[in-house]
Amino acid sequence: MSAPSLGRRAVVAALLKDRDGAPAVLGLGACVWDAAAVGDDPLNFGLWGAMGGAVPIGLGLALAQPERRVLVITGDGEMLMGLGSLATVAVQRPSNLVIAVIDNERYGETGMQPTHTAHGVDLAAIAAGAGFPVARRVDDAAGLSAALPPWYGAPGPLLLDIKVTAEPVPLVLPPRDGEHLKDRFREALLGSISVL
Amino acid sequence: MSAAADWPGGVHRALSDLGVGQVAFVPDAGLTRLIKLCEADSGMRTIVLTSEQEGIALAAGAWLGGARTAVLMQSSGVGNIVNMLSLARTCRFPLFMLVTMRGERDEVNEWQKPMGEATPRVLELAGVGVRRAEQVGEVVEMATQAARDAYESERREAVLIAQAVIGVKSFDE
Repeated sequence: MSAPSLGRRAVVAALLKDRDGAPAVLGLGACVWDAAAVGDDPLNFGLWGAMGGAVPIGLGLALAQPERRVLVITGDGEMLMGLGSLATVAVQRPSNLVIAVIDNERYGETGMQPTHTAHGVDLAAIAAGAGFPVARRVDDAAGLSAALPPWYGAPGPLLLDIKVTAEPVPLVLPPRDGEHLKDRFREALLGSISVL
Repeated sequence: MSAAADWPGGVHRALSDLGVGQVAFVPDAGLTRLIKLCEADSGMRTIVLTSEQEGIALAAGAWLGGARTAVLMQSSGVGNIVNMLSLARTCRFPLFMLVTMRGERDEVNEWQKPMGEATPRVLELAGVGVRRAEQVGEVVEMATQAARDAYESERREAVLIAQAVIGVKSFDE
Protein backbone atom coordinates (compact mmCIF):
# COMPACT_ATOMS: atom_id res chain seq x y z
CA MET A 1 0.00 0.00 0.00
CA SER A 2 1.49 3.34 -1.03
CA ALA A 3 1.83 6.30 1.33
CA PRO A 4 -1.12 8.71 1.31
CA SER A 5 -0.85 11.52 -1.22
CA LEU A 6 -3.91 13.64 -0.51
CA GLY A 7 -3.66 16.77 1.62
CA ARG A 8 -6.45 17.26 4.16
CA ARG A 9 -7.18 20.89 3.29
CA ALA A 10 -7.78 20.11 -0.38
CA VAL A 11 -9.95 17.12 0.55
CA VAL A 12 -12.19 19.09 2.90
CA ALA A 13 -12.43 21.93 0.37
CA ALA A 14 -13.56 19.40 -2.25
CA LEU A 15 -16.12 17.89 0.13
CA LEU A 16 -17.61 21.32 0.90
CA LYS A 17 -17.30 22.90 -2.53
CA ASP A 18 -20.70 21.96 -3.94
CA ARG A 19 -22.57 21.70 -0.63
CA ASP A 20 -25.36 23.95 -1.92
CA GLY A 21 -26.62 24.89 1.53
CA ALA A 22 -26.12 21.48 3.10
CA PRO A 23 -25.48 21.66 6.85
CA ALA A 24 -22.18 20.21 8.04
CA VAL A 25 -21.08 18.75 11.38
CA LEU A 26 -17.32 18.90 11.91
CA GLY A 27 -15.56 16.61 14.37
CA LEU A 28 -13.26 18.18 16.87
CA GLY A 29 -9.77 19.22 15.99
CA ALA A 30 -8.31 19.53 12.55
CA CYS A 31 -11.58 19.04 10.62
CA VAL A 32 -12.94 22.18 12.27
CA TRP A 33 -9.86 24.14 11.23
CA ASP A 34 -10.01 22.63 7.71
CA ALA A 35 -13.60 23.82 7.26
CA ALA A 36 -12.69 27.24 8.64
CA ALA A 37 -9.92 27.45 6.04
CA VAL A 38 -12.57 26.97 3.36
CA GLY A 39 -14.59 29.78 4.94
CA ASP A 40 -16.75 30.32 8.00
CA ASP A 41 -20.37 29.32 7.42
CA PRO A 42 -23.33 29.48 9.80
CA LEU A 43 -24.32 25.99 8.61
CA ASN A 44 -21.05 24.58 9.97
CA PHE A 45 -21.42 23.11 13.43
CA GLY A 46 -17.83 22.60 14.55
CA LEU A 47 -17.05 20.71 17.72
CA TRP A 48 -14.39 21.88 20.19
CA GLY A 49 -15.05 18.86 22.42
CA ALA A 50 -17.65 16.07 22.57
CA MET A 51 -15.25 13.54 21.05
CA GLY A 52 -17.18 10.67 19.50
CA GLY A 53 -20.25 12.84 19.00
CA ALA A 54 -19.95 14.02 15.41
CA VAL A 55 -21.79 11.10 13.81
CA PRO A 56 -24.70 10.93 16.28
CA ILE A 57 -25.12 14.73 16.03
CA GLY A 58 -25.30 14.26 12.27
CA LEU A 59 -27.83 11.46 12.73
CA GLY A 60 -30.16 13.56 14.89
CA LEU A 61 -29.92 16.38 12.36
CA ALA A 62 -30.46 14.08 9.37
CA LEU A 63 -33.57 12.53 10.95
CA ALA A 64 -34.92 15.98 11.81
CA GLN A 65 -34.27 17.32 8.29
CA PRO A 66 -34.87 14.38 5.95
CA GLU A 67 -35.06 16.58 2.85
CA ARG A 68 -31.56 17.99 3.32
CA ARG A 69 -28.26 16.28 2.76
CA VAL A 70 -26.32 16.31 6.04
CA LEU A 71 -22.52 16.21 5.88
CA VAL A 72 -20.35 14.90 8.71
CA ILE A 73 -16.62 15.46 8.34
CA THR A 74 -14.49 14.10 11.14
CA GLY A 75 -11.12 12.60 11.98
CA ASP A 76 -10.12 9.01 12.48
CA GLY A 77 -9.52 9.43 16.22
CA GLU A 78 -12.91 11.09 16.71
CA MET A 79 -14.63 8.37 14.65
CA LEU A 80 -12.89 5.60 16.58
CA MET A 81 -14.30 6.95 19.85
CA GLY A 82 -17.81 6.72 18.42
CA LEU A 83 -17.68 3.45 16.47
CA GLY A 84 -20.94 2.31 18.01
CA SER A 85 -22.69 5.22 16.36
CA LEU A 86 -22.01 3.62 12.96
CA ALA A 87 -24.17 0.69 14.07
CA THR A 88 -26.85 3.11 15.26
CA VAL A 89 -26.79 4.96 11.93
CA ALA A 90 -26.92 1.70 9.97
CA VAL A 91 -30.08 0.66 11.81
CA GLN A 92 -31.76 4.03 11.19
CA ARG A 93 -30.56 4.13 7.57
CA PRO A 94 -30.95 7.87 6.93
CA SER A 95 -30.56 8.21 3.16
CA ASN A 96 -29.50 11.87 3.55
CA LEU A 97 -26.53 11.32 5.90
CA VAL A 98 -22.98 11.17 4.55
CA ILE A 99 -19.83 10.80 6.62
CA ALA A 100 -16.26 11.52 5.55
CA VAL A 101 -13.41 10.48 7.81
CA ILE A 102 -10.29 12.52 7.15
CA ASP A 103 -7.92 9.73 8.11
CA ASN A 104 -4.33 10.77 8.80
CA GLU A 105 -3.90 7.80 11.15
CA ARG A 106 -2.93 10.19 13.93
CA TYR A 107 -4.31 11.86 17.05
CA GLY A 108 -3.50 15.27 15.64
CA GLU A 109 -4.34 17.50 18.59
CA THR A 110 -2.31 15.61 21.17
CA GLY A 111 1.06 15.04 19.56
CA MET A 112 0.39 13.01 16.41
CA GLN A 113 0.33 9.64 18.14
CA PRO A 114 -0.76 6.79 15.81
CA THR A 115 -4.44 5.84 15.96
CA HIS A 116 -5.83 2.37 15.42
CA THR A 117 -6.15 3.00 11.69
CA ALA A 118 -2.34 3.27 11.56
CA HIS A 119 -2.33 -0.33 12.71
CA GLY A 120 -4.73 -1.52 10.03
CA VAL A 121 -8.17 -0.93 11.49
CA ASP A 122 -10.38 -0.36 8.44
CA LEU A 123 -13.19 2.13 9.07
CA ALA A 124 -14.85 1.57 5.68
CA ALA A 125 -15.00 -2.17 6.37
CA ILE A 126 -16.51 -1.49 9.79
CA ALA A 127 -19.17 0.75 8.25
CA ALA A 128 -19.88 -1.85 5.56
CA GLY A 129 -20.11 -4.53 8.21
CA ALA A 130 -22.58 -2.38 10.13
CA GLY A 131 -24.76 -2.22 7.02
CA PHE A 132 -23.90 1.06 5.29
CA PRO A 133 -25.00 0.69 1.65
CA VAL A 134 -21.98 2.75 0.53
CA ALA A 135 -18.68 2.60 2.41
CA ARG A 136 -15.42 3.02 0.61
CA ARG A 137 -11.82 3.86 1.18
CA VAL A 138 -10.20 6.70 -0.78
CA ASP A 139 -6.43 6.61 -1.26
CA ASP A 140 -5.64 9.14 -3.97
CA ALA A 141 -6.91 11.93 -6.22
CA ALA A 142 -8.58 9.52 -8.63
CA GLY A 143 -10.38 7.85 -5.74
CA LEU A 144 -11.52 11.21 -4.43
CA SER A 145 -12.85 12.25 -7.85
CA ALA A 146 -14.77 9.00 -8.05
CA ALA A 147 -16.15 9.44 -4.52
CA LEU A 148 -17.50 12.97 -4.93
CA PRO A 149 -20.58 12.12 -7.03
CA PRO A 150 -21.88 9.60 -4.46
CA TRP A 151 -20.94 12.03 -1.63
CA TYR A 152 -23.39 14.52 -3.08
CA GLY A 153 -25.86 12.19 -4.73
CA ALA A 154 -26.01 8.54 -3.72
CA PRO A 155 -28.62 7.39 -1.22
CA GLY A 156 -26.93 7.06 2.17
CA PRO A 157 -25.93 6.47 4.74
CA LEU A 158 -22.52 6.69 3.16
CA LEU A 159 -19.03 6.63 4.65
CA LEU A 160 -15.79 7.62 2.97
CA ASP A 161 -12.53 6.81 4.75
CA ILE A 162 -10.16 9.23 3.06
CA LYS A 163 -6.47 8.63 3.68
CA VAL A 164 -4.53 11.91 3.94
CA THR A 165 -0.96 12.86 4.75
CA ALA A 166 -0.04 13.71 8.32
CA GLU A 167 1.74 16.90 7.31
CA PRO A 168 0.97 19.88 9.55
CA VAL A 169 -1.25 22.65 8.18
CA PRO A 170 -1.73 26.21 9.48
CA LEU A 171 -4.30 26.72 12.23
CA VAL A 172 -7.42 28.54 11.05
CA LEU A 173 -9.88 28.97 13.89
CA PRO A 174 -13.61 29.65 13.52
CA PRO A 175 -15.82 30.99 16.34
CA ARG A 176 -15.95 28.67 19.34
CA ASP A 177 -18.73 30.02 21.55
CA GLY A 178 -21.08 27.06 21.69
CA GLU A 179 -24.32 28.99 22.17
CA HIS A 180 -23.41 31.29 19.31
CA LEU A 181 -22.60 28.36 17.01
CA LYS A 182 -25.86 26.65 17.88
CA ASP A 183 -28.06 29.75 17.58
CA ARG A 184 -26.61 30.94 14.29
CA PHE A 185 -26.86 27.43 12.84
CA ARG A 186 -30.54 27.18 13.81
CA GLU A 187 -31.27 30.66 12.51
CA ALA A 188 -29.61 29.85 9.18
CA LEU A 189 -31.41 26.52 8.87
CA LEU A 190 -34.78 27.19 10.48
CA GLY A 191 -35.22 30.97 10.36
CA SER A 192 -35.08 33.66 13.01
CA ILE A 193 -38.09 32.28 14.91
CA SER A 194 -35.86 29.42 16.05
CA VAL A 195 -33.76 31.55 18.38
CA LEU A 196 -36.61 33.31 20.17
CA MET B 1 -54.34 -0.27 35.65
CA SER B 2 -55.22 3.06 37.21
CA ALA B 3 -54.31 6.24 35.36
CA ALA B 4 -51.68 7.05 37.97
CA ALA B 5 -50.13 3.58 37.76
CA ASP B 6 -49.88 3.83 34.00
CA TRP B 7 -47.01 6.28 34.08
CA PRO B 8 -45.65 5.12 30.71
CA GLY B 9 -48.97 6.01 29.05
CA GLY B 10 -48.99 9.40 30.71
CA VAL B 11 -45.38 10.17 29.82
CA HIS B 12 -45.96 9.09 26.23
CA ARG B 13 -48.95 11.41 25.95
CA ALA B 14 -46.97 14.27 27.46
CA LEU B 15 -44.08 13.77 25.04
CA SER B 16 -46.51 13.61 22.16
CA ASP B 17 -48.26 16.79 23.30
CA LEU B 18 -44.88 18.54 23.54
CA GLY B 19 -44.06 17.55 19.97
CA VAL B 20 -41.19 15.20 20.73
CA GLY B 21 -40.13 13.70 17.41
CA GLN B 22 -37.16 11.53 18.38
CA VAL B 23 -36.96 9.07 21.25
CA ALA B 24 -33.50 7.60 21.82
CA PHE B 25 -32.68 4.88 24.30
CA VAL B 26 -30.62 2.03 25.53
CA PRO B 27 -33.40 -0.24 26.78
CA ASP B 28 -34.21 -0.96 30.40
CA ALA B 29 -36.85 -3.39 31.64
CA GLY B 30 -38.56 -0.50 33.42
CA LEU B 31 -38.84 1.42 30.16
CA THR B 32 -40.35 -1.41 28.13
CA ARG B 33 -43.91 -0.12 27.95
CA LEU B 34 -42.90 3.48 27.26
CA ILE B 35 -40.59 2.34 24.46
CA LYS B 36 -43.40 0.24 22.93
CA LEU B 37 -45.79 3.18 23.03
CA CYS B 38 -43.23 5.42 21.32
CA GLU B 39 -42.48 2.78 18.69
CA ALA B 40 -46.18 2.52 17.90
CA ASP B 41 -46.50 6.32 17.52
CA SER B 42 -46.10 7.38 13.89
CA GLY B 43 -45.11 10.86 15.02
CA MET B 44 -42.07 9.57 16.90
CA ARG B 45 -38.84 8.13 15.54
CA THR B 46 -37.33 5.64 17.99
CA ILE B 47 -33.56 5.24 17.92
CA VAL B 48 -31.86 2.39 19.74
CA LEU B 49 -28.34 3.39 20.81
CA THR B 50 -25.23 1.33 21.41
CA SER B 51 -24.22 3.68 24.23
CA GLU B 52 -26.16 6.38 26.03
CA GLN B 53 -23.62 9.04 25.06
CA GLU B 54 -24.90 8.79 21.49
CA GLY B 55 -28.27 9.95 22.76
CA ILE B 56 -26.89 13.20 24.16
CA ALA B 57 -25.21 13.98 20.84
CA LEU B 58 -28.24 12.87 18.83
CA ALA B 59 -30.52 15.17 20.87
CA ALA B 60 -28.18 18.07 20.09
CA GLY B 61 -28.25 17.30 16.37
CA ALA B 62 -32.02 16.95 16.39
CA TRP B 63 -32.34 20.36 18.05
CA LEU B 64 -30.06 21.86 15.40
CA GLY B 65 -32.58 20.52 12.91
CA GLY B 66 -35.60 21.80 14.83
CA ALA B 67 -36.70 18.55 16.50
CA ARG B 68 -37.25 17.67 20.14
CA THR B 69 -35.76 14.49 21.60
CA ALA B 70 -36.30 12.44 24.73
CA VAL B 71 -33.41 10.26 25.91
CA LEU B 72 -34.30 7.21 27.99
CA MET B 73 -31.80 5.16 29.97
CA GLN B 74 -31.12 3.12 33.05
CA SER B 75 -29.01 4.71 35.80
CA SER B 76 -25.91 2.77 34.74
CA GLY B 77 -26.10 4.69 31.46
CA VAL B 78 -25.56 7.97 33.26
CA GLY B 79 -21.97 6.87 33.71
CA ASN B 80 -21.61 6.69 29.95
CA ILE B 81 -22.76 10.22 29.15
CA VAL B 82 -20.63 12.41 31.38
CA ASN B 83 -18.24 13.97 28.86
CA MET B 84 -20.95 14.32 26.21
CA LEU B 85 -23.00 16.37 28.67
CA SER B 86 -20.40 19.10 28.17
CA LEU B 87 -21.77 19.48 24.63
CA ALA B 88 -25.26 20.10 25.97
CA ARG B 89 -24.04 22.47 28.65
CA THR B 90 -21.53 24.49 26.62
CA CYS B 91 -23.91 25.04 23.71
CA ARG B 92 -27.00 25.25 25.91
CA PHE B 93 -28.83 22.48 24.11
CA PRO B 94 -32.13 21.37 25.58
CA LEU B 95 -31.89 17.88 26.99
CA PHE B 96 -34.63 15.82 28.59
CA MET B 97 -33.66 12.48 30.12
CA LEU B 98 -35.78 9.86 31.80
CA VAL B 99 -33.65 7.58 33.99
CA THR B 100 -34.90 4.39 35.58
CA MET B 101 -32.95 3.61 38.73
CA ARG B 102 -31.04 0.45 39.58
CA GLY B 103 -29.01 -0.31 42.65
CA GLU B 104 -31.59 0.88 45.14
CA ARG B 105 -33.84 -0.84 47.66
CA ASP B 106 -33.86 -4.64 47.35
CA GLU B 107 -31.46 -4.61 44.39
CA VAL B 108 -30.15 -8.12 43.97
CA ASN B 109 -27.23 -7.25 41.70
CA GLU B 110 -24.43 -5.65 43.69
CA TRP B 111 -22.76 -4.47 40.48
CA GLN B 112 -25.60 -1.99 39.93
CA LYS B 113 -25.11 -0.20 43.23
CA PRO B 114 -22.06 2.05 42.63
CA MET B 115 -23.55 3.80 39.61
CA GLY B 116 -27.03 3.85 41.11
CA GLU B 117 -25.72 5.61 44.20
CA ALA B 118 -23.65 8.08 42.16
CA THR B 119 -26.31 8.91 39.56
CA PRO B 120 -27.94 12.01 41.08
CA ARG B 121 -24.64 13.60 42.08
CA VAL B 122 -23.00 12.84 38.74
CA LEU B 123 -25.85 14.56 36.93
CA GLU B 124 -25.83 17.54 39.27
CA LEU B 125 -22.06 17.96 38.93
CA ALA B 126 -22.50 18.01 35.16
CA GLY B 127 -25.07 20.78 35.36
CA VAL B 128 -28.22 18.73 34.89
CA GLY B 129 -31.33 19.53 36.92
CA VAL B 130 -32.49 16.43 38.79
CA ARG B 131 -35.99 15.51 39.85
CA ARG B 132 -36.71 12.20 41.55
CA ALA B 133 -40.03 10.39 41.47
CA GLU B 134 -40.48 8.19 44.53
CA GLN B 135 -44.17 7.45 43.95
CA VAL B 136 -45.77 6.19 40.80
CA GLY B 137 -48.30 9.03 40.91
CA GLU B 138 -45.52 11.64 40.64
CA VAL B 139 -43.88 10.48 37.45
CA VAL B 140 -46.07 12.01 34.76
CA GLU B 141 -46.27 15.51 36.20
CA MET B 142 -42.57 15.54 37.01
CA ALA B 143 -41.60 14.33 33.54
CA THR B 144 -43.93 16.80 31.86
CA GLN B 145 -42.52 19.72 33.83
CA ALA B 146 -38.91 18.66 33.25
CA ALA B 147 -39.44 18.18 29.53
CA ARG B 148 -41.15 21.54 29.22
CA ASP B 149 -38.30 23.24 31.09
CA ALA B 150 -35.80 21.52 28.82
CA TYR B 151 -37.38 22.44 25.49
CA GLU B 152 -38.82 25.82 26.32
CA SER B 153 -35.87 27.19 28.31
CA GLU B 154 -33.03 25.20 26.69
CA ARG B 155 -32.17 23.48 29.96
CA ARG B 156 -30.70 20.09 30.87
CA GLU B 157 -33.23 18.16 32.94
CA ALA B 158 -33.41 14.58 34.20
CA VAL B 159 -36.19 12.70 35.96
CA LEU B 160 -35.02 9.74 38.01
CA ILE B 161 -37.66 7.08 38.52
CA ALA B 162 -37.03 5.25 41.79
CA GLN B 163 -36.60 1.51 41.66
CA ALA B 164 -39.57 1.26 44.04
CA VAL B 165 -41.76 2.61 41.22
CA ILE B 166 -40.36 0.23 38.59
CA GLY B 167 -39.98 -2.87 40.74
CA VAL B 168 -36.86 -4.90 41.32
CA LYS B 169 -35.41 -6.86 38.42
CA SER B 170 -35.90 -10.55 38.94
CA PHE B 171 -33.59 -13.09 37.36
CA ASP B 172 -36.38 -15.69 37.57
CA GLU B 173 -38.53 -14.08 34.87
